[in-house]
Amino acid sequence: MSADTPLTKDLDAHANPPVDGSELIRLDHVTKRFGSNTVLDDLDFSVESGKHVTLIGPSGSGKTTILRLLMTLTEPDEGTITVDGERLYPAPEKQVREIRKKIGMVFQQFNLFPNMTVLRNITEAPVTVLGMPRDEAEARALELLGLVGLADKAGARPTQLSGGQQQRVAIARALAMRPRVLLLDEVTSALDPELVAGVLDVLRDIARTTDITMLCVTHEMNFARDISDQVLMFDSGKVIESGPPERIFGDPEHQRTREFLGAIL
Amino acid sequence: MTWDWNAVSDFMPYFWDGLVVSLQALLFGSLISFGLGLVWALLMRTPSRWVRWPVGVVTEFVRDTPLLVQLFFLFYVLPEWGLTFSALTTGVFAIGLHYSTYTMQVYRAGIEAVPVGQWEAATALNLPVRRTWTAVILPQAIRRVVPALGNYVIAMLKDTPILMAITVLELLGQARLFSQQHFQFTEPITVIGVAFIVISYPASLLIRALERRLVR
Repeated sequence: MSADTPLTKDLDAHANPPVDGSELIRLDHVTKRFGSNTVLDDLDFSVESGKHVTLIGPSGSGKTTILRLLMTLTEPDEGTITVDGERLYPAPEKQVREIRKKIGMVFQQFNLFPNMTVLRNITEAPVTVLGMPRDEAEARALELLGLVGLADKAGARPTQLSGGQQQRVAIARALAMRPRVLLLDEVTSALDPELVAGVLDVLRDIARTTDITMLCVTHEMNFARDISDQVLMFDSGKVIESGPPERIFGDPEHQRTREFLGAIL
Repeated sequence: MTWDWNAVSDFMPYFWDGLVVSLQALLFGSLISFGLGLVWALLMRTPSRWVRWPVGVVTEFVRDTPLLVQLFFLFYVLPEWGLTFSALTTGVFAIGLHYSTYTMQVYRAGIEAVPVGQWEAATALNLPVRRTWTAVILPQAIRRVVPALGNYVIAMLKDTPILMAITVLELLGQARLFSQQHFQFTEPITVIGVAFIVISYPASLLIRALERRLVR
């Protein structure tokens, strides 16, 4: 993708401060339990602005819970979460709403609004949350749809689209809010195999051409290797190993990581 | 007993008067039950139990007492407190209130049937609570419950003759009035019975068609 594509023009021009490697997300001593099951165990980790971090590990190891905590879909039992220097938890509702504006999320099951057209799905939040004029929001939505290869689907209903198309709309919908952080929660797991590549290609473009910080839970190891600056290996609610993708995939230190990668690759 | 077509044609002016009243009661009773039921359903979802508890008690009470008793209460007791309404207004309100305690349960089921992912997407997009309800949750919930609400409209239609008990001259009231004046019972009662079938049956077919279209 060249430097003057809609994505670059659109997203680089937004209000994000330049990427300076400063800390954007921080979890301190975060513990999360569901009943007697501890999914995150005294977890510390941080993500620098502009980085692409991939969380890997077996199911139930707490990866998705981290994304859900950052999106305020669930609350930690212990610990603090900070986004861009501001407390996300615990925090008053007003502050939570401000921080949420900086974070976008794409879900495994897409979660498009079936009662709205594709275009309305994308313009709803910019218009009602950011107060963007409708015609401007629609123009931006059409650009974003072009970017994800669905310019002709603006008037369609989500149910008329394939899973891969729905997920690309969901990506456009998240980007329309100009987030600083994009959370990707197993975004290709619910897709038919032949539809996975189209979605991953869109995400690769975003990773390459924008300064959006990405936190990604995925089982697509080739994709993780391509886009990641850092890979975190989770097991039983803890990070057991982290490093650049070349090292984690090429020469993992931890026995558990070797077993996991051996089973999945 | 013989069937007298002349009695049928003599009854028809009464019939039309009664039909208009019955349909009025049905229309406004339905609107009240749809609106009030939604209000109950939403109040039952507020975080404050000081709202939920009284709403729960009142609606349970209304649901578990007979419509006829409520009708008599509103018609004979409220005037003692200085509140006087026409018989039809009282009847419409009683039917609407009574059925709102059923439609609230329909709405509740419809709201609970909206997948949790829809709430999560609304949170992720930072939509305000009110907007989440009006733009995301309710449009999906109401679409699902239209057929169930339709069934209650038919049930309400069949309950409109109860208004005769507070002097409203709806279909059954007109039939009884005619019978007492002309000493002919078979024809007017039969005519209104047929009228109920003629309205209810196509309505239930319509609801089944809606169900196929809307509930997927």
